Amino acid sequence: MPTSFTWEVAVLEALTYPFFQRALVAGVLVSLLAGLLAPFVVQRRLSFLGDGLAHAAFAGVALGLFLRGEPLWFALPFTFLVAMAITFVKERTELSEDTAIGVFFALSVALGAVFLSKAKGYVGDAMGYLFGSLLAVGPSDLVAIGLLLLLALSLLPLWGPLAYATFDRELALADRVPVVRHDYLLSGFIAVSLVLAVKVVGIILVAAFLVIPGAAARLLSRTFSGLTLLSLGLSLLSTLLGLMASFLLDWPSGASVVLVQALFFGLALAKTAFSGGK
Amino acid sequence: MWALEVQDLAVRFGEFQALEGVSLRVPEGAFVAIVGPNGAGKSTLLKAVLGLVPFRGEVRVFGRPLGEADPMWFGYVPQIKTFDRTFPALAVELVATGLMRRWPFRLSREAREKALAALERVGALALADRPLGRLSGGQLQRVYLARALIRRPRLLLLDEPATGVDRVGEVDLYRYLEAYQEEAGATVLMITHDWEAAHHASHVLVMNRKVVGFGPPERALTEECLRQAFGHLGHAHELYVGGSRA
Ligand SMILES: Nc1ncnc2c1ncn2[C@@H]1O[C@H](COP(=O)(O)OP(=O)(O)OP(=O)(O)O)[C@@H](O)[C@H]1O
Ligand SMILES: [Mg+2]
Repeated sequence: MPTSFTWEVAVLEALTYPFFQRALVAGVLVSLLAGLLAPFVVQRRLSFLGDGLAHAAFAGVALGLFLRGEPLWFALPFTFLVAMAITFVKERTELSEDTAIGVFFALSVALGAVFLSKAKGYVGDAMGYLFGSLLAVGPSDLVAIGLLLLLALSLLPLWGPLAYATFDRELALADRVPVVRHDYLLSGFIAVSLVLAVKVVGIILVAAFLVIPGAAARLLSRTFSGLTLLSLGLSLLSTLLGLMASFLLDWPSGASVVLVQALFFGLALAKTAFSGGK
Repeated sequence: MWALEVQDLAVRFGEFQALEGVSLRVPEGAFVAIVGPNGAGKSTLLKAVLGLVPFRGEVRVFGRPLGEADPMWFGYVPQIKTFDRTFPALAVELVATGLMRRWPFRLSREAREKALAALERVGALALADRPLGRLSGGQLQRVYLARALIRRPRLLLLDEPATGVDRVGEVDLYRYLEAYQEEAGATVLMITHDWEAAHHASHVLVMNRKVVGFGPPERALTEECLRQAFGHLGHAHELYVGGSRA
């Protein structure tokens, strides 16, 4: 009894801190973006794209640290450009997407390492960028994330055509869905969401953040719309629980969120496995 | 009016010339059976008409250039079902894409009823709520057919629609296509390896990279045309004679 009492008090106390309020709002917003994107990332097998773009974000952050600006304002355009470049290589050449990603992945890490080595003495908050930090979210981050969420709302009508092309590109093409334009939109959107999630989740875990809710939901869904709704729910719930845990246990926020996501994935897996497949 | 006018169509895949100098005119309401050996470019021809492969030459549908054609005019059943087998989808949802041209988030009652009716017509009502990735070849064929028909297309492009369908289903398919044509005045282009079925068409297109013969079955399905398209006829000749008996 007394433990649960202190637990509740701690949560209520957490909610009174402005930094935690900001982290929570940012977390909720990016978790909705992630939950929406995750089904596409899973079904289009783009989890490696997420990894590649996270490393592009690393290069962008390093460039920002080197130039002593706000790292995310460098990471945003850099990651977006890398996403466009990867998609361009995939659309225009015979190279497969994972090959294109592999190239830009290496390029980004190399650039990031160079920038970081030149930014000596200014890398104090590297840990925060790597694994996320409750303290990292500033008011301007909230504005940026809010704007992106508005953009996401305007893109909601694309769910149907995007899902159609995810199901079968050729059928969608035959029905004149602008499949190629949608590919660019999707990867650009993944890039921007990923960068905005970096403060909460951190560079290393941000790709997982975009995959696990979709993976867990996929195990339990028979339809793509069901998958999308469940992914949104799981993403939101695990972010809320994860951020609370991060505050209470003083864990890096990204690590706690991803651990809660992984817990849900484990439960989904257990349920599927024990019911003998869906 | 011509349902389809193809003028000097050529398709290349890199160095490989899949179609060359293809010209033909299909009158509205025709039932065209397309025959030719494997690799003859039959599927490629349908894909060109759908705008799925880049081509040289001119293609007009119901008097309009392809760019101005309404996608709802076309009902397409592809030969190879390339969809993502791990995508969580029910048969009824795929059928509904034929109506909506996007993946349905929620099926309205009206859309669901239409989709169920389309499935029933092809004898696949029982498959409606089954996961697509687990259907058999013939079952998929029926679901795809329902998807093509639900939009009541003016031009049906069927790439070996009877392959994998059982004997009864095949007879039903041809019966149903005839009835639909009569009722809707639609035009059908059907690729088939079944010459007997081709004999029942109003027109037959015999092709191998080029048009070898095009016209009523008795004019196009001649020994000479078939020999030209298939190379030496060998025992194919006996098949041909068998077909003409029908
Ligand atoms: N996307 C592609 N890239 C390269 N070559 C292709 C492509 N699509 C088709 N081809 C080639 O074009 C030729 C015609 O192919 P197509 O699928 O049109 O033949 P088909 O007449 O439908 O044969 P089948 O009876 O086996 O279905 C084949 O040699 C094939 O290898
Ligand atoms: Mg073919």
